[in-house]
Amino acid sequence: MSSAALFQAGLDLVAVALLALGIKGLSRIRSARAANQLAAGAMALAVVGLLVNAQPTAVTWVWIAVGAAVGGMLGALTARLVPMTAMPETVAFFNGCGGLSSLLVALGVSLAARGDGGVPPGLPVLISIGFSIVVGAITFTGSVVAMGKLQGWLPTPGWMMSRWRHGLNIALVTVTLLAAVATGGGSSDALWLLIVSASLLGIGLTLPIGGADMPVVISLLNSYSGVAAAAAGFVVGQRLLIVAGAMVGAAGLILTQVMCAGMNRSLPAVLFGGALGATSTGSKGSSEYTNITSCSAEECALTLEAAERVVVVPGYGLAVAQAQHTLREVARLLENHGVTVTYAIHPVAGRMPGHMNVLLAEADVPYEQLQEMDVVNPEFPATDVVLVLGANDVVNPQAKTDPDSPLYGMPVLDVQEARTVFVVKRGMSAGYSGIKNDLFESPNTSMLFGDAKQMLSSILGELKVLGVGQ
Amino acid sequence: MDGFQEQLWVLLLGSLLGLELIGKVPPTLHTPLMSGANAISGITMLAALTLITRAGDNILLLSLGSVSLGFALFNVVGGFLVTDRMLAMFRSSRKPSGGKQ
Repeated sequence: MSSAALFQAGLDLVAVALLALGIKGLSRIRSARAANQLAAGAMALAVVGLLVNAQPTAVTWVWIAVGAAVGGMLGALTARLVPMTAMPETVAFFNGCGGLSSLLVALGVSLAARGDGGVPPGLPVLISIGFSIVVGAITFTGSVVAMGKLQGWLPTPGWMMSRWRHGLNIALVTVTLLAAVATGGGSSDALWLLIVSASLLGIGLTLPIGGADMPVVISLLNSYSGVAAAAAGFVVGQRLLIVAGAMVGAAGLILTQVMCAGMNRSLPAVLFGGALGATSTGSKGSSEYTNITSCSAEECALTLEAAERVVVVPGYGLAVAQAQHTLREVARLLENHGVTVTYAIHPVAGRMPGHMNVLLAEADVPYEQLQEMDVVNPEFPATDVVLVLGANDVVNPQAKTDPDSPLYGMPVLDVQEARTVFVVKRGMSAGYSGIKNDLFESPNTSMLFGDAKQMLSSILGELKVLGVGQ
Repeated sequence: MDGFQEQLWVLLLGSLLGLELIGKVPPTLHTPLMSGANAISGITMLAALTLITRAGDNILLLSLGSVSLGFALFNVVGGFLVTDRMLAMFRSSRKPSGGKQ
């Protein structure tokens, strides 16, 4: 082993250790930011080791520099410019590009083996190439579809909801498998067929899944991109890729499980059950609301002023309206007035677990005030006012009371136990799952109809008129 | 074949390590963790670099490798920066001095 190869091997070992410490550190708030930088540093070390050992020629340096500069700059720009509300789709898109990269590497190695007419790669490498191409393609097209669905660009076509899609996907799986075998046999037509069929499979598997389940899909695709990286590691024979890819693959699976548990959905139900709303059409008949009480911002402000303990339940509607900063102002006035304000965070609030925490952190809400469901649920009976802002399904008592409801069994926030509940909502439309919410008919619930930001501004104005917290 | 067996061991142990590393994560960190892990999966850029350095003067391979490197680096740089942006916003009320800095 040359000294350069030893140098690379040493750096690789350090990088693996730092990556593992980085992932571990990312799971604690105090260390998370440093851990992220540590992981980034580990990647840089690995790149240095590889370049020192490979000693690229001048021409090679140009190709490296061009690819790295374009990709790196676009990545940095995207990371700076994208709004926090769009975080799930951004992660999905980054992830898809990682998958595409693994696919291209496998394609390149495969083409190189063909072109030389030299030593054909052994069976392990052939299998790795096929695996890398298939998983990479599914990750890429699946992530792009997931992004499109979260952005609202892509509706699910009707036939994709029907049983036909299973037939289509089974056909695609069959074609993919056959193409993989033929590719291993040396057919270059089969190689292209493999890429096309695996790409279509990624679309066919992701498109029927409802928007509410998309975070689970993104997390799973994140796991896939780790698997694709590990497969690329087998293709080029690099252990560091295999370790890192395997770690990310495993971590993605754990997160996927956490999200499924939070929504009381099983992974097979998410992947093959279709959109949640589509299966609940039978209960649509009872979705007419009666006994709705609505009230004004002034009444709400008066009740808030008299309260001792207020719990805010933020949902995606709050984020869409960009109202988290106004909410912070309202909370600040109430706190100055001596009211205890906390935020109840459902495990899947927002579009992804932890998404709401990020959005509130953006508005300077200290994370000690964010309380998890298990902590806050026993405290609702002792709570004076609950302010539900753009959340719906996560506060639906049906999940505990109605065994026929599609939501039944999903962990929810028991806001109806509080003395008064205000729900800020744009209209009486159903939630993301398309299911009626019994909370809105509860006698202690008042509805405030309007955009979350405008309504919070009105409440803020009323509180100032009352002289609260000034 | 020895090399392949060794790689399978590496795969197995890496997977087990990944399962253990993030056993307990507060929900606050789920999105940043996913984003950070996603950036790490862009480590496939090392494979892209290897493809380029082994390509010799084969233009097709050089360009495939370069495009692949671009996509991987997009994932890595974007992923780490966006994770950092999210984590920079978490701050405690107990140490407000940690504020905007």
